[in-house]
Amino acid sequence: MKKALAIGALLIVISAAASLKSPDFLTAANIQNNVNWSSLWGILAIGSAFVIIAGGIDLSIGSVVCLSGCLLSLLLHGWHIRIGWLGLDTELKFGVPAALTFVLVVAALLGLGHGLLITKLRLQPFVVTLCGLLLYRGFSRWITDEQTQGFGDDDVAALIERFHDWTVGTIPLIEDFELRIPFVQRLFTVRTPFVQEFHLPIPFLIVVALGLVAGGFLHWTIYGRYLLALGRNEQAARYSGIATDRMVIVAYVLCSLIAGFGGVLLALEINSVQPSSFGAGWELTAIAAAVLGGCSLRGGEGSILGVIIGAALIRVILNATFLLGVPDTLADATTGLVILLGVIADELFHRLAARRRLRSA
Amino acid sequence: MASPSPLLRVEALDKSFPGVRALDGVNLTLARGEVLAVIGENGAGKSTLMKILAGVQLPDGGRILLDDRPIRCHSVHEALRLGIVLIHQELNLAENLDVAANISLGREAHVLGFLRSRAMRAEARRALKLVGLDVSPRKRVGDLTIGQRQMVEIAKALATNARILIMDEPTSSLSRHETETLFGVIRNLKAQGVSVIYISHRLGEVRAVADRVVALRDGKNAGELLRGEIDERRMVSLMIGRDASGWYRREPLPAGEPLLEVRDLATQAHRRHRLSFQVRRGEIVGIAGLVGAGRTELLEAIFGVTPPAAGTICVAGRPVRIRHPIDAICAGLALLPEDRKLQGLVLEMSVRQNISLPGLFRTRLAGMFLNFRRERSDAASLISSLRIRTPQATTPVQLLSGGNQQKTVLAKWLNLRPRVLLLDEPTRGVDIGAKEEIYRLLEQAAREGAAILFVSSEMQEVLTLADRVLVMHQGALAGQLTREQLSEEAVMHLATGQVGTTP
Repeated sequence: MKKALAIGALLIVISAAASLKSPDFLTAANIQNNVNWSSLWGILAIGSAFVIIAGGIDLSIGSVVCLSGCLLSLLLHGWHIRIGWLGLDTELKFGVPAALTFVLVVAALLGLGHGLLITKLRLQPFVVTLCGLLLYRGFSRWITDEQTQGFGDDDVAALIERFHDWTVGTIPLIEDFELRIPFVQRLFTVRTPFVQEFHLPIPFLIVVALGLVAGGFLHWTIYGRYLLALGRNEQAARYSGIATDRMVIVAYVLCSLIAGFGGVLLALEINSVQPSSFGAGWELTAIAAAVLGGCSLRGGEGSILGVIIGAALIRVILNATFLLGVPDTLADATTGLVILLGVIADELFHRLAARRRLRSA
Repeated sequence: MASPSPLLRVEALDKSFPGVRALDGVNLTLARGEVLAVIGENGAGKSTLMKILAGVQLPDGGRILLDDRPIRCHSVHEALRLGIVLIHQELNLAENLDVAANISLGREAHVLGFLRSRAMRAEARRALKLVGLDVSPRKRVGDLTIGQRQMVEIAKALATNARILIMDEPTSSLSRHETETLFGVIRNLKAQGVSVIYISHRLGEVRAVADRVVALRDGKNAGELLRGEIDERRMVSLMIGRDASGWYRREPLPAGEPLLEVRDLATQAHRRHRLSFQVRRGEIVGIAGLVGAGRTELLEAIFGVTPPAAGTICVAGRPVRIRHPIDAICAGLALLPEDRKLQGLVLEMSVRQNISLPGLFRTRLAGMFLNFRRERSDAASLISSLRIRTPQATTPVQLLSGGNQQKTVLAKWLNLRPRVLLLDEPTRGVDIGAKEEIYRLLEQAAREGAAILFVSSEMQEVLTLADRVLVMHQGALAGQLTREQLSEEAVMHLATGQVGTTP
């Protein structure tokens, strides 16, 4: 919790610095954009946090994002499957609920596969999910025939209009200088002198809801406690009667399921899914957000709030470097540097705290 | 006793840590070829003293004289150069390398960076001969028994021409036979003029090997015993600072119906042997045997850590199928494992969370939610009834002393009110005070109706605590001894496989 506050403070400091240096940072459109992307990455980061807390790692998130985006588009447009040597020639065309269910089930099954390989065959998480990263990326490119996927054409656009609005749409909060809060706005209207228009991206609501559920699961349920315990010491957890294998599998399933769901949102948001690049590298963004947010790669440690703020921090750094005119080519390096500094500061604080505790003991 | 000019003289050594005076004017002398035992409860300052001698830490005050010359070791390397070697309780060997490579680790013979393997092996062979260990220098250390590794560690020290060998609990994982071998080596070293400082909780061994005993208590010298005066009673009273007339002695209870019944059980490690026995309500049964006799494997098979290969287990008369510790816990079993830091505790978690861990599923609310109020009250009552000394219930358990950590492990199992309590080395690495408390807690659990089965390598523990003893030898049950038949000789007879010889 303390860590979450610390990086929250860092987020505010960087935002303040960026807004002093660039007049574009605090505009409604930019804030809206930052909130949107922080939320989308935050969703992926929550999934990766579960796996990291259980003492593992998931490198396949970006490819699962890609696969689910591609599958969603294919299923909505009608997916023509023709495999000669199997004698298979059929077309799958689903409505929105069925397509969404299909995609999420596939994602969950991939996570189940990871979990089973890691717990039952005792393969290393790094290797299993690295293979996943390659497999699902390659599979996505194959099933789409490398064609960019999207939801722009008339048929499908009409079909998913409501779905789109409910997932990656926005809620107008301020319009024509008037603050519009549902229900309250009927009683009185508040006029704001600063902002003409601000729409709240729905992914923000989704990440808040998901964060509350995930945080509650982690800290208020026995299963969350099991995950924290086995992340620290799997052997002691097993000797205490915890079904450690089952809990590890649950962590991987949740991670892939959330990645699949995030993939759906991201595909709808971007509306142009290139199978060779969509989602590439986002597993590392998710892991970086989790680490910044206080998860230890040794396992057993982490707060969901911190992870979400971590994702926001990465987004804001990226945005600020862009607005401050830092060359585009340096964006990744900047992110890397900030994460490194964050982790070094955390380690130093840890040592200081340990020394103080020793002194007071 | 000490010769006019001792090899090593420690004068008025002081060392403070934040909040603790670890050493307070400690004096010590060590003659050439002398075996000096240093005893004391946990926290008495033994390890600090040894660490200072071996160059791991610097003293705050006082002097250390080697050959009448003051020395000040800033590093292990410097101490090594002066001929002082500390052999840690946990052995520091690279298991993936062979014996020769370990013996010359850090001082490898080389030409321009290329190893001179033949010279290294010759050196290893010389050193192994000194400790009487007959293994090939090419053998991988990971393939040696614990006892052999201990000898390799000593050989490694001798290869550096050590003059003073400090051994910290060297026998904690050795079998009886290996311990005897070690004592032989120590006597041999003595004859060659090497001095040994021997630290142990096992007073029987101290009596067997030491020329002189120095006791520490609360960082101060608490007394000294010369060769003829060394006996257990005197040592205990020096260590605890009072007469040890109250050395723990328990009264057996009338045993009830069998709570644990094991029939034809085969463990994965020893599939050919079938084990059958029972433990009754209120009974405390010990399992004795040498290291490697299959005692830990037996407890872990019963508890489902490594499910048994064959056989049936009945708890309170009903057969139970145990494939995982969960099944065992549901059947009313509990296991205090051998290694509390690895298997017993999640060290970074609080005392409270460790105590509640195995019982969370019983106290959960609405199928999955933690019952915080129950967790708090259970932990608080166990902390006070077991007298776990911790600043707070939320203190990470890694900050507690060994004895209090072990009591925390015990607390987490007593919280479930088990019908059968399995314990593997319940007092390993625990000081005398905490030891007695643990014995009383076990006795109380038995009085309240639990059946208790414990494994111990400490003869004294088996003799004081057990109503009945099962002796294991190479995976099989070699025999049973009732309280009347129980003696050290009888146990050793069975444990070493001398079947049929009645003592």
